[in-house]
Amino acid sequence: MKKQKAFIRIGSGAGYSGDLIQPAVQLTEEGMIDYLIFECLAERTIALAQLQKLKDPLLGYDPLLEERITAVLPICVKKNIKIISNMGAANPLAAADKIIEIAKRLKINKLKVVAISGDDVINVIKDQDYKLIESGDSLSVLKNQLVSANAYLGLRPIVEALKLDADIIITGRVADPALFMAPLFYEFNWDLDNSDLLGKATAMGHLLECAAQVCGGYFNDFDKKQVPNPQSIGFPIAEVTSDGHYTLTKVPNSGGIINKATCTEQLLYEIHDPKNYITPDVIADFTSVKFRELAPNQVEISGATGANKTGKLKVSLGYKDGYIGEGQMSYGGYQAKERASLALKIIKNKLQHLGLSKYDANYDLIGINSLSKDHGKETPDEIRIRIALRTKTKEEAIIVGQQVEALYTNGPAAGGGASKSVKEIIAVQSILIDENLPTIQLTTKTIES
Amino acid sequence: MKLGDIAHSRAGDKGNISNLSLIPYNELDYLFLKKQITEEKVKSYFNERIKGSVTRYELPHLHAFNFVLEAALYSGVTRSLALDPHGKTLSSIFLMMEIDPEEYRKYRHLSLSKTSDNH
Repeated sequence: MKKQKAFIRIGSGAGYSGDLIQPAVQLTEEGMIDYLIFECLAERTIALAQLQKLKDPLLGYDPLLEERITAVLPICVKKNIKIISNMGAANPLAAADKIIEIAKRLKINKLKVVAISGDDVINVIKDQDYKLIESGDSLSVLKNQLVSANAYLGLRPIVEALKLDADIIITGRVADPALFMAPLFYEFNWDLDNSDLLGKATAMGHLLECAAQVCGGYFNDFDKKQVPNPQSIGFPIAEVTSDGHYTLTKVPNSGGIINKATCTEQLLYEIHDPKNYITPDVIADFTSVKFRELAPNQVEISGATGANKTGKLKVSLGYKDGYIGEGQMSYGGYQAKERASLALKIIKNKLQHLGLSKYDANYDLIGINSLSKDHGKETPDEIRIRIALRTKTKEEAIIVGQQVEALYTNGPAAGGGASKSVKEIIAVQSILIDENLPTIQLTTKTIES
Repeated sequence: MKLGDIAHSRAGDKGNISNLSLIPYNELDYLFLKKQITEEKVKSYFNERIKGSVTRYELPHLHAFNFVLEAALYSGVTRSLALDPHGKTLSSIFLMMEIDPEEYRKYRHLSLSKTSDNH
């Protein structure tokens, strides 16, 4: 049996798919971490990855996987830092193969990668009668548009993978906190049915999962909320003892700040009822969480609890839902608002004549009413118009940008800096399934010396 | 006087639901916010924007609130036509809410005298 550690340190290496890579490298070099976690899957990312996989069966994992793994792998191998990540997205197996390929190229001669699959439940659910949580409709209404269906798995398969002595664990969709919680239950042999232990670990996982957002990232508000060295914010580290004491910190001398305020903001980020934070593993209760500042950039987390899990898993459904066409143009200086408003009127009229007024549209004056309502205050010296239209077909969406661009030669005087875009909408809804429905598989890929 | 003078906030999104934390800079102001920043006030502040209900959750240990705004994101980040589809900027728009400075002064005066009574 493995020797139990007194404490472990878990580093959060990414807050989203496109996050900075250097702070993760810094964690491996200076963070004295045992685990490096990359949380890279937003709600619809997996649907986009699924579309990629349909085009090429070797793809469908995170587009930055190669860059991230290449940057941290040599030092992680040298220091025996284990990596856990959901960068497998729609294709954890291909991601594992890619990591082996990268490791060989880096002349690493011993590595064990475990891929966790089974979160993809599209074939199991697609012909069944489920109710969509958001719209209340039956799943059958999405039938022909459905792209992906991925269940949020819990921490158990990750704990199993750690028992296989994996150096790297690569998953598809799992609950974000589970990526961070699994090492604790594995290292300290904690009881996976103990709701209080799970609740406390969930609070930690939730605080870490957006990386810099708990260290002064997305926090700076000029004189009200100051952040030291905001150009080099370090990513967070949780130090956890085997008897369940949690401390949040970051690499000494890195930029940013961890204090009660940053922790409170992040604890409440993207949660609803703080007494009932539902995950696959536990219903966590954050209402009695306390943060205590032990030293600068060192905060103790305590007080989270938990209640038994629901036995259900949330499944995120990605489906095609038309297109958004967009066009923008700027107006400045003399009578800018009048000319910008006229431009919007002209476009509205054109779209109506082209039979597109049946679609939902946004007509924004950026600088005046695009984020909040127009308060009728003094007019800024520069305004950008923005028209966005949600259409059924790509051809219709393209028209919006074309019409806005044509304001150059046809519109009010002195518009500049036109831009246009068209994107396909991959919308997301969800259903609940029984937790035993997914068939979870662990696949090991190795390099042996 | 603005809400942002005494409290900070971060917005989160899940589907078409936005949540806004509200955290006073000074823990003393928790009860002031509890009295002033009600669900009804938030709902009417964002009026046409929020199509659903507003629920306020209280976290007295953390001296913080979490406001959950249903149907507030023009059908959510994936379908929204808004410039800021996540509603990330809603937190700072929230902080533009007007606070009655007279009420605040009265509250501060009272709570400070209460605190000194305890010593």
